[in-house]
Amino acid sequence: MSEQGPVPVGLRGWLEERTGLSALAAVASKKTVPLHRHTAWYYLGGMTLFLFTVQVATGILLLLYYRSSADEAFESVQFIMTKVPFGWLVRSIHSWSANLLVFVALVHMFSVFLLKAYRRPRELTWLTGALLLFLMLAFGFSGYLLPWNTLAFFATQVGTEVPGGVPVVGRFLVRFLRGGDQVTGGTLTRFYGIHVAVLPALTTVLLTVHLLLVQKHGMSVPESQSEARTGRPPRTLPFFPNFLLRDAIGWTAAVGVLAALAAIFPWDLGVKADPFAPAPAGIRPEWYFGWMFQSLKWLPGHVLGMEGELLGILVFGLGGLALVLIPFLDSGRDPRRSRILTVLGWAVLAYVAAATAVVYLKKGP
Amino acid sequence: MRRRTVLDWFLGTSLGAMCLSVLYPVARYLTPPDVPEAQTSRAVAAREGELKPNDARVFRFGSHPALLVRDADGGYRAFAATCTHLSCTVQYRGDLKQIWCACHNGFYDLNGRNVSGPPPRPLEQYTVHVANGEVVVSKA
Repeated sequence: MSEQGPVPVGLRGWLEERTGLSALAAVASKKTVPLHRHTAWYYLGGMTLFLFTVQVATGILLLLYYRSSADEAFESVQFIMTKVPFGWLVRSIHSWSANLLVFVALVHMFSVFLLKAYRRPRELTWLTGALLLFLMLAFGFSGYLLPWNTLAFFATQVGTEVPGGVPVVGRFLVRFLRGGDQVTGGTLTRFYGIHVAVLPALTTVLLTVHLLLVQKHGMSVPESQSEARTGRPPRTLPFFPNFLLRDAIGWTAAVGVLAALAAIFPWDLGVKADPFAPAPAGIRPEWYFGWMFQSLKWLPGHVLGMEGELLGILVFGLGGLALVLIPFLDSGRDPRRSRILTVLGWAVLAYVAAATAVVYLKKGP
Repeated sequence: MRRRTVLDWFLGTSLGAMCLSVLYPVARYLTPPDVPEAQTSRAVAAREGELKPNDARVFRFGSHPALLVRDADGGYRAFAATCTHLSCTVQYRGDLKQIWCACHNGFYDLNGRNVSGPPPRPLEQYTVHVANGEVVVSKA
């Protein structure tokens, strides 16, 4: 018998007495989502979360066969792709889903940016979201090396050398990332540990905070759709089950897209890394690092009295910091500042898209 | 000073010291130890005649890659094969008679000088001797 009075009998009653789940159900039944012309953007957070769960599930399956040493990593992925029943499917879905996850997370972030949903009281929701995006990129970077192929080897060689340009602590950072002076089997083991333990632990914490904050503040209604502008409150849709079922339609479609991509374009394994072979022509990182890669290509050896690479790192670092601090750069009180930030956001997106396109369209050296 | 303030101070500093005593070994553990590397000053890069003129090969110089180039006149040159930009391994482009880094499109001439693209410094050049049918590379 609970202190609140009688509870339902049977298994449901037994569970209720021990967990108090009905209180949670009551909260869920009251949760609503605003309905307006920008509601479609609300589905992107759920889609990102869904693709992340696909990554966790397929990642666990890959762990059962993967071996994280320079002598065995490539062969173990080859074994997964060619011998393990449906291994090709699991690995291809993991790779495709990783790329879609980063893409959807980027679109999610940009939609939040344009709808100004980061403003008070959602600054911390944005902050945790931006940090989660960095974690997703770290997942991508660390996971890229794990098959130990030539492309991955040189992408890691370049990626881990980039912090080397930072004054004073640069060499330490490079050694810390590589687990030594060069990219070796030690780097592979370190990246494996980061990919399957460190990053998931950090993501769990940040994701929990992010979701709790979304739950606490509810969906942000864009200014153009607000009661103050339209003269009436926006219509709402119950979250459970209406919005969740619509989410589920998107997730089902995502499973279909992933399965189709994996079946039609199984993820390539490439050639086993040879640390004593030259970097092959046409080398490039994952598409979401393409714009940085292209920028480093464009920067000459020396700019403004400093090495071009250092200038690149400085700009990337400041850009990342600005991204995290967006809610504090535009609190909404100054409309002019807000407009400037929006224009800047579009300009950065245009540059990133153009630089990424150059990586894929330009032929030859 | 109140007794409670003193106790809080002791408790706080003890807690801080305990955190440090846990974090310090972890931080040191995460920093890879310096493994002394055998100093290589000499390596056999190829057998004489193995490379045709206007051709090159990457060979192992200690734990680093190095590049042996046979120029169009038949002479040998050797360089550290690690690009001075972001550490990719360079290669020889016979069509351009230059050394090329595929990662960011950097070029060096046959004296190792960075001539175009992002590399900020020249490649380290090694000395080459041909003796007893072997092409021997050593640090200058």
